Amino acid sequence: MSDGCGAPAQTATPADTDTQGQVVLAGKITGNDGPLGGAYVRLLNGDGDFVGEVQASADGDFRFYAASGEWTVRALHASGSGEASIRTGEPGLYEVPVAVS
Amino acid sequence: MSREDVLVTTAWAEENLSTPGVVFVEVDEDTTAYDGGHIPGAVRIDWKNELQDPVRRDFVDKAGFEKLLSEKGISNDDLVILYGGNNNWFAAYAYWYFKLYGHDSVKLLDGGRKKWELDGRELTTEVPTREKTDYVASEQDLSIRAFRDEVVDAINTKNLIDVRSPDEFTGKLNAPAHLPQESSQRSGHIPSAANVPWAKTANEDGTFKTAEELAELYAEAGIDTSKPTIAYCRIGERSSHTWFALRELMGLQDVKNYDGSWTEYGSLVGVPIELGEK
Repeated sequence: MSDGCGAPAQTATPADTDTQGQVVLAGKITGNDGPLGGAYVRLLNGDGDFVGEVQASADGDFRFYAASGEWTVRALHASGSGEASIRTGEPGLYEVPVAVS
Repeated sequence: MSREDVLVTTAWAEENLSTPGVVFVEVDEDTTAYDGGHIPGAVRIDWKNELQDPVRRDFVDKAGFEKLLSEKGISNDDLVILYGGNNNWFAAYAYWYFKLYGHDSVKLLDGGRKKWELDGRELTTEVPTREKTDYVASEQDLSIRAFRDEVVDAINTKNLIDVRSPDEFTGKLNAPAHLPQESSQRSGHIPSAANVPWAKTANEDGTFKTAEELAELYAEAGIDTSKPTIAYCRIGERSSHTWFALRELMGLQDVKNYDGSWTEYGSLVGVPIELGEK
């Protein structure tokens, strides 16, 4: 069990990652010039309520551990914002790229 | 008490980076954030290694707090501006802790590190050196700290506010969605607790909502603000954020943070637990 509550450092999630029975939402934040590092990435549930937030890695990677349902990933950055929605079902990796402009 | 008494804006902070008697302190669980860049002149406090006792599950004691602040170059007269990542969770925890040990001249940077970054303001990797001080702390002010027996007694009598996400409250998840879900304790919430997630008290950019918006939020959740209130989460830092909103921004008098929170309560033998929505 994690003895903290803060978001861990984010890393890329390879497509063949074993999600160990969890629904994992992962992706990359991109800006006008490719991968955008350091954006604040928020996970919202189907009602639009906040569920979690991480800061994307220098390469724009982020990851959430969720459940089946409707989700929106919203990214905030000094250069702008962007979001993408996805519906998840069975445990596994769901890729959610988000463009910020 | 007004917002200005307990919060500073990022604009104010930028104008006061070099003001004598003002000390900026970054508080994080993940201290690599500070290494990668911090507000110019800010010193760092490591939430885990410096604020927690290394052996027992508790904070550092009064002597430990005095030693820590003395080494950081913080004196009793300084105005301390706390900020951090994770929407100021750990900074709010430190704020509560400063108050617990009697440091009154302390404020939070509204929006924390996130707002500072979203504003596009300067970060530096330069680590400041501050002269050591002889900091003297007060005994803990236990009027703002709740322990487990008081929490059990508060069921159906005081307000209990569970500030975790709805999925943690109902027992669907054991931890926030950015963490893996392994856990040793039981899931659920303390009976009679209302679920008002911490995030509802903050705007998207991490700044706190206004006192009026907060009053509306808790009224809608059915919280009788004339009663004593205890806030809890999983390990006590998100509930520090809500404690700040209730006591410092709304001005409620009797508000305690239960820092043992769910990792303690959910492991206690024999206590009642509720599952599902309230």
